[in-house]
Amino acid sequence: MDTFQFELVSPEKLLISEEVQHVVVPGVEGEFGVLAHHAPLLSTLKPGVVKVYKTEGGEPERLFVQGGFADVNPKGLTILADAAVPMSEFDVASLDQAIKDAEDDLSDAEGDKAKLRAQEKLDQLRQFRLAVS
Amino acid sequence: MASLKDLRNRIASVKATQKITKAMQMVAAAKLRRAEQAAAAARPYAERMERVLSNLAAGMKGSPLAPRLLAGTGSDKRHLLVVITADRGLAGGFNSSIARLAREHARRLLADGKEVQFLCVGRKGADILKRQFPGKIDDVISLREVKRLGFSTAQDIAERVFDLFAEDKFDVATMFYSKFKSVVSQIPTAQQIVPADIPEGDETEDLLKGAVYEYEPSEEDILEDLLPRNVAIQILKALLENAASEQGARMSAMDNATRNAGEMIKKLSLDYNRTRQAQITKELIEIISGAEAL
Repeated sequence: MDTFQFELVSPEKLLISEEVQHVVVPGVEGEFGVLAHHAPLLSTLKPGVVKVYKTEGGEPERLFVQGGFADVNPKGLTILADAAVPMSEFDVASLDQAIKDAEDDLSDAEGDKAKLRAQEKLDQLRQFRLAVS
Repeated sequence: MASLKDLRNRIASVKATQKITKAMQMVAAAKLRRAEQAAAAARPYAERMERVLSNLAAGMKGSPLAPRLLAGTGSDKRHLLVVITADRGLAGGFNSSIARLAREHARRLLADGKEVQFLCVGRKGADILKRQFPGKIDDVISLREVKRLGFSTAQDIAERVFDLFAEDKFDVATMFYSKFKSVVSQIPTAQQIVPADIPEGDETEDLLKGAVYEYEPSEEDILEDLLPRNVAIQILKALLENAASEQGARMSAMDNATRNAGEMIKKLSLDYNRTRQAQITKELIEIISGAEAL
């Protein structure tokens, strides 16, 4: 099976940069899988788990991302994550903190559009919180 | 001629100063390494972001749907200068060279009949600019309390800029910081952040020939989300570059100071020894001539 270049970067560092076979991305309008030769796509992400399959049928590497962007282009896939941690280092406390931050954001938000955006983000985080607990 | 006691005191005081500058140099060297690493770690994200954004923005430029952060307000009358400096001094010409660049820029704008105001990040820049542009300083953000520069710090600053923009206080925002090139060379740099100044990469255009992007959700929604994030990222990059530059500048300034103190000690010791010898000779002559007189 063909492989492609996959990069996962957060503002503070480059987490992954390697050849992989299959990546599952938590897109805002549903999860989607990316294989080699995927059509160019730009999508925003919701909080969720990115699964990286380096080999066929192998165990995926799982990382938690708190939203961001995925850019699929002919060269490969780049995920620009707001914050990303490997699932092995992930803990629920940090997620609760993120939910609290989102709640604060919502109460600070001014204007309908900003409120809507903050509400969406909060809902997504809560949903993910339910899924892991 | 200074007395022996005066000279002794001066030597002691210069030595104490030298100890301090030497310690500051070593602290700066240790901090520099960390700051350099942080700056290097943040570079990939900023690069990727720029690439994605230039893809997206190329199609949106000139479109009536383009968000204000990209298209601007349609005027360039009022300028906001975001001047990022350190909170501490004793770093050679670090703070003053950034402030100088901002000042020149502001003078040029004022001469063209534009309005300027400042948003200072770091107290030192504010101290310098306050004297020359009284009443033009909008706000001063101190980074004293910040232990580790991260994305959230940059987001807070970006937030302030957006608030001002939303209140329609300025048309164009430019940020001033110091790019880290090496320990001995830091380059004061100006970068326009609002409206977004997006370089048009040739590479991306080649890459996209014949490929049509799909957007999830719509193009405008993504762009609206991406642009503020891009500003925050650019600010983060500037903060980290600045942190590395500050330590680099301090390190070389303190290295110079330590060397100068060494030279001064050498000169003072020479003076001290000469004076001491002259005094001994004088006393001997007094004793001998006293004995001869008997």
